[in-house]
Amino acid sequence: MSDIPKDLVYTESHEWLEEQDDGNWRVGITDHAQSQLGELVYVELPEVDAEIGSGDACGVVESVKAASDIYAPITGTIVAVNESLTDEPDLINTDCYGDGWLFDIKPDDSEQLEALLSADDYADLTSE
Amino acid sequence: MTQQTPLYQQHLELHGQMVDFAGWQLPARYQGVMEEHHAVRQAAGIFDVSHMTIVDISGADAAAFLRRLVANNIDKLTTPGKALYTCMLNEEGGILDDLIVYYFAEGDYRIVVNAATRAQDLIWIHQQAAGFEVDIAERAELALLAVQGPRAEQQLCQQMSEQADAIRSLKPFNALRDGETTIARTGYTGEDGFEIMLPAAAAVALWQGLIEAGVTPCGLGARDTLRLEAGMCLYGQDMDTSVSPLECGLGWTVAWEPQDRNFIGRDALEVQKSQGVTRQLVGLVIDQRTVMRSGYKVFVAGSEAGEITSGTFSPSLEKPIGMARVSSTVEAHCEVEIRGKRLPARVVKPVFVRRGKIQPGIA
Repeated sequence: MSDIPKDLVYTESHEWLEEQDDGNWRVGITDHAQSQLGELVYVELPEVDAEIGSGDACGVVESVKAASDIYAPITGTIVAVNESLTDEPDLINTDCYGDGWLFDIKPDDSEQLEALLSADDYADLTSE
Repeated sequence: MTQQTPLYQQHLELHGQMVDFAGWQLPARYQGVMEEHHAVRQAAGIFDVSHMTIVDISGADAAAFLRRLVANNIDKLTTPGKALYTCMLNEEGGILDDLIVYYFAEGDYRIVVNAATRAQDLIWIHQQAAGFEVDIAERAELALLAVQGPRAEQQLCQQMSEQADAIRSLKPFNALRDGETTIARTGYTGEDGFEIMLPAAAAVALWQGLIEAGVTPCGLGARDTLRLEAGMCLYGQDMDTSVSPLECGLGWTVAWEPQDRNFIGRDALEVQKSQGVTRQLVGLVIDQRTVMRSGYKVFVAGSEAGEITSGTFSPSLEKPIGMARVSSTVEAHCEVEIRGKRLPARVVKPVFVRRGKIQPGIA
């Protein structure tokens, strides 16, 4: 079974989100996603200050075998990206909910956050 | 409908991530592609390649038939157990498959072809056999294990102690047969190693013995990164019926002598040879962190010059590597388009790593 922390929210495309103290939301990919992908060897992230729309492909994670798009879970502005992933993409494998975070986004519309999945909903999705 | 190899239960017990490959349930990986890859380069790994198709070709005309069927010349196989890598071509010189031919005795040969091409290969082989006195027998009951890496010999000899002396003295691209078991010093990794064809029950026992002795189980993912680093073509990706051996770095497998050996595709290849080929298969290295994938386009001086046929992130080099089919005019440098950006790539001989060593000029 994959690890699905209760205090995060999730997307159907296997991203997680967590609210930060400054009101921005941190985004990463789930344990289920990293385990399906295998060891990651390359990560491409959006640029800081980029404005992205919910559902847009805004980055890529690649294992030796395959490339997978990262989708923006909500509409907003990128305020920070995890630069460590450039040299250590496998941080996503070893600590996907911590040091392997992808980027922080400032939401345009907080209502979009309500449409995201709870940990229980996401667990149902991945157990199918 | 997907088929299971005799090792299916072992893959599940080892938590293999199972995928459908050419109609077979096979592990993409167990612990991880990187770990499995390095185990083969540094110690020993074991692969279940039982999905591959083993066909015995025997009878009075077996040699004459194979002289016609494949582009390399089986008359090079002068001692029992010798193996030959070759392409099987259509009349247009396009590659139907790549395969290994083993010679055991007069009128007694075995070929091993790809799983993905099994059905059309068998139809083709039977069609071409008309007029030859040959018996064509698929050996679907045999399993095929590959034990690869610098410690493969030592590990295999421990498990097969009765044949240990014979295994140790086996030269590359040679095989020995002992009843229903055939042990060949061949592989698809660029390392020393063996491919063993044997009955299902014996395969399970050998697999378990090797795993218990510390040999790393490896899946299709590591098989792909290892063969690509070794510069070995994958059928359906780096070659298919749209290319001839002369266009994918396999000219060395075409035996032009003797001139009167009329193998299938010879006429087309002769024309291509005299006119010169317009495409070549090259190796590419990009000196920054990214990944090349098959289908990505290659550019030289702003013009499209070909495409990547196989690409990965090389675990040994820790750089993206690939094979590309490009115009014959491409020389030392090109660009690869990755998600709209063109990145500079070096053109190299497509052998990146052999026998655990990164080849000169690659890194």
